[in-house]
Amino acid sequence: MVTATKTLLKVKDLYAQFTGFGGARVVRAIDGINFSLDQGETMGLVGESGCGKTTTCHAIFRLLPPAGRIVSGSIEFDGQDLMQVSDGEMRNIRGRDMGMILQDPMASLDPLFTIMDQVAEPAHHHRGIRGGTLRERVVDLLRSVRIPSPEVRMREFPHQMSGGMRQRIVGAISLSGGPKLIVADEPTTNLDVTIQLQYLNLLRDLQQETGVSLIFVTHNLGIVAKMCDKVAVMYAGKIVEQGSVRDIYNNPRHPYTQALIQSIPRLGNKDPLYVIPGQPPNLAELPTGCAFHPRCPFATEKCINEEPPYVSFGDGQESKCWLSVEDAKNG
Amino acid sequence: MADALLEAQDLRKYFPVTSGGMFSRVKGYVKAVDGVSFSVYPGETLGVVGESGCGKTTTSKLVLTQEAPTSGSLIFKGKDVAQLRGRELKEYRQAVQVVFQDPFSSLSPRMRVGDIISEPLEVHSLMSRQGIKNHVGEVLELVGLPADVSRLFPHEFSGGQRQRIAIARALATNAELIVLDEPVSALDVSIRAHILTLLEELQKELGISYVFIGHDLAAVAHISDRIAVMYLGKIVETAESLELSNNPLHPYTKALFAASLPSHPDEDREEMAISGEVPSALNPPPGCHFHTRCPYYMERCSEEEPRLKEVSQSHTVACFLY
Repeated sequence: MVTATKTLLKVKDLYAQFTGFGGARVVRAIDGINFSLDQGETMGLVGESGCGKTTTCHAIFRLLPPAGRIVSGSIEFDGQDLMQVSDGEMRNIRGRDMGMILQDPMASLDPLFTIMDQVAEPAHHHRGIRGGTLRERVVDLLRSVRIPSPEVRMREFPHQMSGGMRQRIVGAISLSGGPKLIVADEPTTNLDVTIQLQYLNLLRDLQQETGVSLIFVTHNLGIVAKMCDKVAVMYAGKIVEQGSVRDIYNNPRHPYTQALIQSIPRLGNKDPLYVIPGQPPNLAELPTGCAFHPRCPFATEKCINEEPPYVSFGDGQESKCWLSVEDAKNG
Repeated sequence: MADALLEAQDLRKYFPVTSGGMFSRVKGYVKAVDGVSFSVYPGETLGVVGESGCGKTTTSKLVLTQEAPTSGSLIFKGKDVAQLRGRELKEYRQAVQVVFQDPFSSLSPRMRVGDIISEPLEVHSLMSRQGIKNHVGEVLELVGLPADVSRLFPHEFSGGQRQRIAIARALATNAELIVLDEPVSALDVSIRAHILTLLEELQKELGISYVFIGHDLAAVAHISDRIAVMYLGKIVETAESLELSNNPLHPYTKALFAASLPSHPDEDREEMAISGEVPSALNPPPGCHFHTRCPYYMERCSEEEPRLKEVSQSHTVACFLY
């Protein structure tokens, strides 16, 4: 672990939107989010489909699709503002300084290239490693993600690997350029439970060896509890609560976080599950005030009309709810 | 205990693997389901857990008579399903229904919700046209949707609502047993709780039995009364849900529980990361299929196959440790 903590990534007042129908329809996918990540730290980004967690990752990589655009805000990564760097420099940052692991390994691996080619590419392109050194680096990387007999397997193609191995190879590719940050977007959703545990343990070991920072995008709160130091809960394009994993689990302040934690089945407990009424909102037609108010059991008149501010508690926990405003007043 | 609604006795399904070509020879068999016995009682939920390739979906296909078993038998209300013909087989298919994992591919995008739900009723010609219409409205209300959505198409619904429609279709023929093949895996966390709760309420109200197939142990344990754990075509352990959660015996079950994720960061779990992946079903290891990954491996495990043994009331396990 890196002992001297240094902020690696700082996202400030980030707004991003998608426009459709010639600008007639605007979807505010990211609506003013703030968070920061230290070196060697792991953050979980949690929320349901369509809450903006994947868009947040794409925005960090400046890889929003053509219809999407970052409206305002800053993304400070390793001392430079990513909103100011040129497209060419951004291409160098991606792969060299930040890596990505996506949900479906078969979609992120190229079926026509050998494992060796694909794992070598970032190291070759960004770090200028060539020849025998490059081969050694690939073998080392494959060994570090526990691929058996890497010298043989690196000549094979993705279709010759099992699902778990493919996802480990994607992990090796994301590490190949020697990044400071890896963003993993639902990395284990397609894996079986025992393979999922192997993969998560592997990521944690790799993180301890290399000191890389991790962002886990997931809707699985179990992964967050196991892997992360801190967590940000997103709802309708906003971070509604963030803080250290312990604080969030022991003392969730936002009703949405509380509901999420209560709606998960637990082993050895057959009590009825808490059911959050209603559906996640459509981002194009957000409710007024607090976006969660139609589903919130504590909603008041105020929640319908006015958007709550962020309230900080002493320990770094932040919640965006009128109840938290009261909590903070009463100490 | 009452008589079992459905009883599987030593069920096997082998898929031949051929060398290909016109005069292909059979090279071997994939033993997808290899001697599985279980029973489902009225009003009860049997959970089936296991990793991909363990045979849980093939088992469900055998129950749904989409595949014929290689050997063994299925007894439904005292009758052998393989012997059913004509009207009796139709009645069996009315009584046993299915809900699939992905409600985006299990509902035809070109049919209205009302037609989707009434199709089984028309096939089985149970009612008049007006009767069908009223019945569709009734089952839609059972799953918590207003009756007038029957004019709409599936794309107008969210994932959770579509899964409700799939459940309504399964209920339409007054099913007695519904096979739920990973019904919540494709849904969001908050919607999962909706569907699991709905299923529990329907069971209480209508007394249906479920076979709940899944790999999310916590969800399966939540809804099931009893659980069967499968590994490479065989059941390795069965027990009541709470008993299995508190006292898993088979090393594979232990590994599955250890691999399920904690619900709290301070929750300390006995970590038992088993190495390796599930071996190929075409060429399973001899003896106990799990011995290649088992931390308690003994010499005997690779030579002899352990049989299911009753260790306590309604808790059986196939392992030489017990």
